Amino acid sequence: MTRVSCDCDVLVVGGGNAALCAAIAARRAGASVLLLEAAPKALRGGNARHSRNMRIMHDAPTAWVRGCYPAEDYHADLRRVAEAADEGLTGLFVDASAGVVDWLSGNGVRFHGGTDEVLPYSRKTAFFLGGGKALVNALYATAERLGVAIRYDSTVHAMHLRDGSRAVTVGTPPVTIRARALVVASGGFQADRDWMRRQWGGVADCFTIRGTPHATGIPLKALLEEGAEPVGAADRCHMVAVDGRSPPFDGGIVTRLDGIVHGIVVDRDGWRFADEGAVVGSRRYTAWGELVAGCPGAVAFSIFDGVIGERFRPSIFPVVRADSIGALASTLGIAPPALEATVAAFNAAITDGGATVGLHPPKTQLAVPIALPPFGAYPVRVGVTSTCLGVRVDGRARVLRKDGMEVEGVYAAGVVMAPNILGSGYLAGSAMTVGAVFGRIAGREAAVHARR
Amino acid sequence: MPGADETQRIAADARRALDICNACQFCGGYCAVFRALKARRQVSAADLAFLSNLCHNCRSCYHACQYAPPHAFDLNLPKSLSLVRQQTYRDHVWPPWFRGRLPCAGWPAVAVMVAIALSALMLVGLPALILIPPDLLFGRHLGPGAFYRLVPWEAIAGGAGALTLWSLLAVGFSVASFWHSMGPMPAGAALLPALRDALYDAASLRNLGGGGAGCNDRDERFSRSRRRFHHALFYGVVLCFAATAVATVYDHALAWQAPYPVLSLPVLLGGLGGTGILVGTMGLARLKLRADPGPLAPSLTASDCALLALLFLVAVSGLGLLALRETAAMGPLLLVHLGLVLGWFATLPYSKFLHAPFRFAALLRAAMERRHRAPQVGRGQGKSGRGSSGA
Ligand SMILES: Cc1cc2nc3c(=O)[nH]c(=O)nc-3n(C[C@H](O)[C@H](O)[C@H](O)COP(=O)(O)OP(=O)(O)OC[C@H]3O[C@@H](n4cnc5c(N)ncnc54)[C@H](O)[C@@H]3O)c2cc1C
Ligand code: SF4
Ligand code: SF4
Repeated sequence: MTRVSCDCDVLVVGGGNAALCAAIAARRAGASVLLLEAAPKALRGGNARHSRNMRIMHDAPTAWVRGCYPAEDYHADLRRVAEAADEGLTGLFVDASAGVVDWLSGNGVRFHGGTDEVLPYSRKTAFFLGGGKALVNALYATAERLGVAIRYDSTVHAMHLRDGSRAVTVGTPPVTIRARALVVASGGFQADRDWMRRQWGGVADCFTIRGTPHATGIPLKALLEEGAEPVGAADRCHMVAVDGRSPPFDGGIVTRLDGIVHGIVVDRDGWRFADEGAVVGSRRYTAWGELVAGCPGAVAFSIFDGVIGERFRPSIFPVVRADSIGALASTLGIAPPALEATVAAFNAAITDGGATVGLHPPKTQLAVPIALPPFGAYPVRVGVTSTCLGVRVDGRARVLRKDGMEVEGVYAAGVVMAPNILGSGYLAGSAMTVGAVFGRIAGREAAVHARR
Repeated sequence: MPGADETQRIAADARRALDICNACQFCGGYCAVFRALKARRQVSAADLAFLSNLCHNCRSCYHACQYAPPHAFDLNLPKSLSLVRQQTYRDHVWPPWFRGRLPCAGWPAVAVMVAIALSALMLVGLPALILIPPDLLFGRHLGPGAFYRLVPWEAIAGGAGALTLWSLLAVGFSVASFWHSMGPMPAGAALLPALRDALYDAASLRNLGGGGAGCNDRDERFSRSRRRFHHALFYGVVLCFAATAVATVYDHALAWQAPYPVLSLPVLLGGLGGTGILVGTMGLARLKLRADPGPLAPSLTASDCALLALLFLVAVSGLGLLALRETAAMGPLLLVHLGLVLGWFATLPYSKFLHAPFRFAALLRAAMERRHRAPQVGRGQGKSGRGSSGA
C-alpha cells in the first residue's frame, strides 16, 4: 500500500546543480522546499560533481573571468552547436548567465580568481575552486542552512501529474509525496541501459557513463508520457573518448584519453577508420567519442611508439606495451597481420610535412612513423556525458505540452530542458550555466506558484 | 616498523593518487602541490618525497574530490601523502644506522619518542636528586642567581649544549639528505628570491588557506582554526627561543642573572611564547581528535599528538615555574622544566618535528621551480594540455 506523506510547497526532484539552484531559489522566495536526491550523501550532486567550469557572458573583465565575452559571441558559439535552439530562450539564457557567478558566490560557491595562473587562459568560463564537488558541497550546505529539507537515497519511481495533481512516489516501501509545485531537475537518461539500447542498439552496452549512475531519466519519461513536448534528440549524446578500462560510472574527467591524435587509431580488426589529424584542439575528445561509437563493438585502440608516447600525458591506466607491432596486436586481441599491414601502410605514406599521401583515410596533421619500440596502446571506448533529449519549457521554466499549454505547476531545469538551448549539441561549460540559470528561474517561479 | 612491502604499497598508492590528480587538477587552486605536480609528466620516487612534504594536510582536496571513497578509485590524497611523508622522516634520519630501524607510525613511534624524552628527563633529574640536598631542593630561593644555586649554570649549559648540538647536527644531516632525495634542483633557478618566497610561505602558511576561504579542518565546512593554532604554536616556539636568547645576552654580556622580573624582556617573551604553545598544542590536538577521520591516517595520530603533548608539558612547566618561582615548588619545577626542554630537544631528529625543516625544504624547492618556470607562463602549454578545460 502506498502512503501519502507530507505536503510541501515546492518539491525538487534531483540533487545536482540545477536542483540545488532551484531549491535555494525557491526557499529564498519563501517556500517550504523538499529536495529528493536518488544518490546517497557521499555521491550526491549528479554530474555536477565532475564538472569544472561554467560559461558566462560578460562585457568586461570580472574578478573571476578575464577579457570579455559579449552576448553576440555567446550567441554565435551557441548557434554553431545548436541550430534548432529556441531563439527567445537562448536570449534570456545568455543575458541571465551574466549574473550566475555572483548569485552562486552569494550562496557559498567559490571560484578561482580570473588572473589565477594555475588555470588555462579563458575569457569564456569561470572555474569552480576545487571543482564541481566543492560547488555541490557549498550548495548543499547553503540549502540546509536555509531550511531546505533534503532526502538522500530517494529515487523517484513515479510522478502523478494527471488532472493538475503534483505528486511523486519515492522509495521502498513506496511513499507518495504531494507538492503545490514541482521542479524536475533529474538530468538525462544515459544511465538507463535499456533506453540507451533502444536508441543506439547493442553498442550501447559498451558505453561508459562518465557521470552519475542515477541519471536514469524516470522523471523525464514521466513528463513525456504526460504529454510534455520533446526537444533535442533521443539518439544523440554528448560523448568523449575515454580509456576502455574506465569504471562503468562516475569515471569523470580523468578517464579522458589524451594524445590519441598523436599516433593512429584502429578498430578491433586492426584498420584505421578516421583522420587522426582532423581535430587537434580541445574538441578532439568529443570528435573521437563519436567516431568510436560508430566502430564495431564501440571499441578502438590508440597506437603509438616509444617516441610518440612521450608527447602526451599518459592515461591513468597502465599502458599496454610490446616490442613489436605483432606482439602488441596479440595482446590487444587484434589479428597481428592486420595491424602490421596498417602500420606499414601508414608509415610508408608519411611525407615530410607531417601528413600522409595516398592513404585512406589520410592523417592530415601530426603524422610521424610508428617505428621505435617499445610500442604502446590504450583501449578506447565511448564515455557518455549526457543524453540530448529534453522537454520544452518557456521563459518561466514551465514545462509545456505539445499544444503549447503548460503542465500546471511543473517546472524543469538543467539537462532535462537543456536541449531548448543546446539542441542536440554541446558547448563546453554551458551545461552548468543552463542548470544555474534555469534552476534559479524554476525555483523562484515554483515558489510563486505554490504560494499563490 | 613497516616492511619493504608496506613501504612499496604506500608509495604505489600515493603515486596512483597523484597520477589521477594530475589528470584532474580540479584542486589546483588549493595549494602548491598541484602546481608542482602539473609540471611533471610522471611521478618519480624523488617527486614523491618532494610532493608529500609540500602537502600541509589541509584536507581541502579530500572533501572536494569526486573520487574520494566510496568511489571505485578510492582516492585519498591527504592520507596517501601523509603516509609517504612519515616515511621520509625515517628514510633520512641521522645517524644513518637508524634508517629502516626506527618505527614510522603508531604506538612504537610514540614509544621511541617517550623513551628519548624520559631519558633526557632522567639525565637532569637523577643527578640532581642525588647531588642536591633536599633542604636546598625544596627550599625557597629568591633573587638573582636563584636557579643556579640549585643547578649550576655550567651543568645546564654543558649538558644542554652537548645535547642540543647533537640534535641540531642530526636534524641538519637529515635535512641535507632529504634535500638531495628530492632530485636535482632546476638548473639555474635563483636561490635568493626563492628563499624569500619560501620564507613567506612558511611564515604565513599560505598553503593552509584553501585558496581563500579556509581549510577543511573538521569536515566539509571551511575554517581557519588549524592555521591559527599552528601560528600560535609556531610563533610561541619562536618567542620562547627569543626569550632564551635575550636571557643569554643578559647573563653573559650584562651579568644579570636569572630569574628576571616579571616585566623584563625574557619573561614577557617567554610568557607570551609559552601561552602561544599552550593554545596551539591544545587547539591542534583537539582538531586532530575531532576531525573527520576520512582523510586522516589513524596510524599517525598518536605520534603527532605525542609531539604536541611534549610541547604542551614544556610550556606548562615553564609557565608553572614562572608562577611559582618564589615558592618551595620552584626547585622540583625547575628540574622538571629543564628536563622536559632537554627531552624535547633530544627528540627533535626523531619525532614529527622533522616536518618543519622538511616542509621548508619542499617549499623552497617549489619556489625555485616556480621561479624557474615563470618566464614560460603566458606562452601557453600547447593545445594538448591535459585537464585544461571542463567537460
Ligand atoms: C565528467 C564530466 C565533466 C563535466 N564538465 C562540465 C564542465 O566543466 N562544465 C559544464 O558546464 N558542464 C560539465 N559537465 C556537464 C554538467 O555536469 C551537467 O550538464 C550538469 O551537472 C547537469 O546538471 P543537472 O542538475 O541538470 O543534472 P545531473 O547532474 O545529471 O543531476 C541529476 C540529479 O538528479 C538525480 N536523479 C536522477 N533521477 C532521479 C530520480 N528518479 N529521483 C531522484 N533523483 C534523481 C541524480 O541523482 C542527480 O543528483 C560535465 C559532465 C561530466 C560527466
Ligand atoms: S578532485 Fe580529486 S582527483 Fe581531482 S585534483 Fe582534487 S583530489 Fe585530485
Ligand atoms: S591536503 Fe591540502 S595541502 Fe595537501 S595536497 Fe590536499 S589541498 Fe594540498
